[in-house]
Amino acid sequence: MTAKSSVAARPAFMPFGKTDSPRLLRALLPALSLALVLLAIAWLNQRAISYFGFTLMLNLAIPIALATVAQMFIITGNDLDLSIGAFVGFVGCVTATWLRDTPILGILTLLGCVGVYAALGALIHWRNLPSIVVTLGMNFVWQGLAVLLLPKPGGRAPDWLLASMSVKPPLVPFPVLAALIIAAVTYFGLMRTSYGAILRGSGGNATAIGRAGWSLLKAKIVLYACAGLFGVLSGLSLIGITTSGDANIGNGYTLLSIAGVILGGGEFVGGRVSPIGAVIGALTLALAASPLLTFMHLPPDWQVAANGAILIVVLAARALISRREVEQ
Amino acid sequence: MTLGASDIVRLDGVEKRFGAVRALDSVDLTVQRGECLSLVGHNGAGKSTLMHILAGTVAADRGRVVIGGDEQKAYSPARAKHLGIRCVFQELSLCPNLTVAENTRVFHPVLTGLNWRRKAGALITSKLDEIFPGHGVGASDLIQDLPIARRQMVEVARAFTATDEPVRLVILDEPTSSLDSHTAGQLLAFMRRAVANGISCIFISHLLGEVLQNSDRIVVMRDGRTIAADRAEAFDRNRLVTTMGGTEAPTTEANAGDRLARGKTPLHVRARPRQQGGSTDLVAHEGEIIGLAGLAGHGQTDLLLAIFAAATSPRPDVAVNATVALVAGDRQADGIFPLWSIAENIGICSLRKLRQGVLISRRREDTLANFWRDRIKIRTPDIHNNILSLSGGNQQKALFARALGSEARIVLMDDPMRGVDVGTKLEVYDLIREEARGGRTFIWYTTETDELKKCDHVYVFRNGAIVADLARGELTEEKVIQSSFIGTDPR
Repeated sequence: MTAKSSVAARPAFMPFGKTDSPRLLRALLPALSLALVLLAIAWLNQRAISYFGFTLMLNLAIPIALATVAQMFIITGNDLDLSIGAFVGFVGCVTATWLRDTPILGILTLLGCVGVYAALGALIHWRNLPSIVVTLGMNFVWQGLAVLLLPKPGGRAPDWLLASMSVKPPLVPFPVLAALIIAAVTYFGLMRTSYGAILRGSGGNATAIGRAGWSLLKAKIVLYACAGLFGVLSGLSLIGITTSGDANIGNGYTLLSIAGVILGGGEFVGGRVSPIGAVIGALTLALAASPLLTFMHLPPDWQVAANGAILIVVLAARALISRREVEQ
Repeated sequence: MTLGASDIVRLDGVEKRFGAVRALDSVDLTVQRGECLSLVGHNGAGKSTLMHILAGTVAADRGRVVIGGDEQKAYSPARAKHLGIRCVFQELSLCPNLTVAENTRVFHPVLTGLNWRRKAGALITSKLDEIFPGHGVGASDLIQDLPIARRQMVEVARAFTATDEPVRLVILDEPTSSLDSHTAGQLLAFMRRAVANGISCIFISHLLGEVLQNSDRIVVMRDGRTIAADRAEAFDRNRLVTTMGGTEAPTTEANAGDRLARGKTPLHVRARPRQQGGSTDLVAHEGEIIGLAGLAGHGQTDLLLAIFAAATSPRPDVAVNATVALVAGDRQADGIFPLWSIAENIGICSLRKLRQGVLISRRREDTLANFWRDRIKIRTPDIHNNILSLSGGNQQKALFARALGSEARIVLMDDPMRGVDVGTKLEVYDLIREEARGGRTFIWYTTETDELKKCDHVYVFRNGAIVADLARGELTEEKVIQSSFIGTDPR
C-alpha cells in the first residue's frame, strides 16, 4: 500500500530526463569501463594502441567474446551454464583432430554438440531441473570426452581455420572487426527480432509468456541451441588462434563468460541481458586479464586477483547506479 | 435469465476445490454482449477463482463453461484468447525486462516482419491515447522503469488492443487499485464507451461507488456462491454491504463471559501503522486475543512484521515489552524448513531451552516435540518424520507448536488458517483460547470473519491505517465489511 499511495500522489507527468539518465548511465557503463582500461593501456604503453597492438592484445578476446555470448543466451532464460568452459575445450579437441582428419565426422560431431545443448534445454524445462546442477554434471562429461579424444596436448587446426583466423583486414584490426560482427549479429537476433522479444520475455515473466500462448519449451530449446552454437564457434576460433588442441584449454572460460555477461550489464535473473554489453565486457576482461597487467609489470600470480578487483569495482559502480534509480 | 445468442459467457454449476477449501460452489453466471457486469464480495468469496476459470488459467472441477454458445471442453488460456477473452489480472502479467511495444508483441503473435516494433508501438500507443489521454508512456520505455500506475495503464490498454483475434470480453480485476482518481476516471469512462460499442466487461472492484456508477448488472459473491444478481439500479451501498456480509445475527462465543475485562492486565504491545493519521493505536494487553481485519493487503501483515521487528530493535512507532513469535501465513514460503523433521521444525524457536553445552540435546527436542504433538494432535506416527509427510493442516499445527512451544509471550499470526480444514481450525481455536487464558497475547490477522468473533478486540484496516476499532460486543460482520469497504473511500 505504501508504494501504491505514493504513486497515486505523484503528478501525472514526470520529467523524462530524470528517469533516463540512470538508464543511459547503466547502458554506458560497460563501454566506460572498456574505455578506462584502454586509456590505462595507452598511458602505460603508447605503442600498444596501434593496428598491430590491437591484433595482438585482442587476439584471445574473440573466443572469450563468443563464449560470453553463449553464456548470455543461457542467462537470458534465468539459467547458468557451468559447462561452457569444458565444452569449448571439447570442441577444441574435436577441431584439432577429427575436423582436420575426417571433416565429415568432425562437422557431424559439432552439429551433434549443438543438438546436445538443445536437448539439455528441453530436459531442464521438462523436468524443471536446476540448470546449475545439470550443467555442472555436463562439465565433467565434456571434460572426460575431451581427455578421451586428446589425452595429451596436440593435434592441429585445419588449414582453412588457421587462414581465416589470421586475416588482416585493412584499417580495422581483425579482432575488433570480429567483435563488431558478433555484437551486431547477436544484438539483431536477440534484441531486434520479434522472436527475440519472446526469448527475453521468457526470462522476465515466464507465466505471462505462457499465458499469451507461447511455448516455453521451445523458447528454452532455442536459447540452449544458440548457446551451443556460439560455444562451438568459440572452440573453433580458439583453436584457430592457438593452432593446436588441449583438453583443458577452455577451463577458465566458464567464469570469464559469466563475468563478461555481468560486466556487460546483464543480470542473473529477469532476462535482462545486453549482447553489445556482453561483447564489450568480454573485451574488457580480455584486455584487463593480461595486456594491462603485463604493462603494469604485475607478476602473473597476481593477475587473477587483479581481474577480480576490476570486476568488483565495475559491479559496485553498477549497484550504485541502480540504487539511485530506485530512489527516484 | 434469458438465454440467447447475445450471451458471451455462460457458466453452469461451476465448482472448484483447493484441497479442503471449496473456492466455488455451483456458480452460475452469464455475461451478455455489450454489458458491464460487476462482481463484488469480501475476501475469499471466490471472485478471483471464478475469473481464473473464465481466463482458462484454472480448470473447473465440475460444471460447464459455455463461450459464444459453444461448450468448452479443453479450455486453456490460449483458447480463451482465441475466443476474444482478455484479462487484466491483479498480478501484473507484463514482462518487466521488455519495452511497452515488445510486451504488446508478446500478446499478438501476428506482429512479425521487419517493422514489427513500429506496428506494435503504434498499436499500443493509439490505444493508450484513446483510454488515458496524456498518459506519458512511450512505446520504447522499459516496463521496469515505469511506476506501477503506468504499468497498470499499459496492461489495461494492451487487453483492449485487437489484431487478428477479436476482443469480446475484458475481465478487469481491481484495475483501479493502483491508479490515481484521475486515471481511474479515464479508465471507467473508456470502459463505458467500449461497452457501448458491444464489448463486454467484467469489473471487479472494492470501491463500491465505482461499481454502482459504472455497471449494468451487479453480482454479489459470498463463500464461493453467487448470492445476488440484479440490475445496478436495484442496488445501493447499503444493500451491497448487507448482501456481502449476510444477514445472520451476530453470534457471540459461548465462553464470552469468562474473558478478561479490557485493560485490567499489563500492556504488551502499542503500535501505530505507518499510514495512520490520527491518534488510533493498536493496543494489546496480556492475555488478549486481538484481531486484525479488513481486505487482504491493506497493511495488516506490515504491522505484524513491524511488531516482530520492534521486539529486537526498538522503533519509535511500536512499543513491545515481551518476547514475540510469529506464525507465518504462507507456510511453504515463510514457515516450514522442508528438509527437516517435524521435531526439528518445532524446536527451532526454542533452541536456547534445548541446548546442552554448545549442542542441541536430541532428547529435549524430542520431549518438546512429543509434548506438542499430543497437545495439539499433530497426526504423525513419528515426530522424526520429514515435515512434508504431514498434511497441510498438520504442517500448520507444527508451526503453531513452534510458536507456542517457544518462550514468547506474544504470538503474532499472519492469517495462518488459510487452506486449513475445519477440524484442525476448531482444535487450534481451542488451543489459542486456552493459551490466552494462561496469559499469552495473540495478535491475529485473519481474512475470515468467523475467526474475528474469537477475538477480544478487532481493528479494521484500510489503506494501511486502522479505520475501525471494535470491542467484542460491538463486532458484527456487517460493521467489519462496512469499514473495510467504505472506511475512507476516496471516490
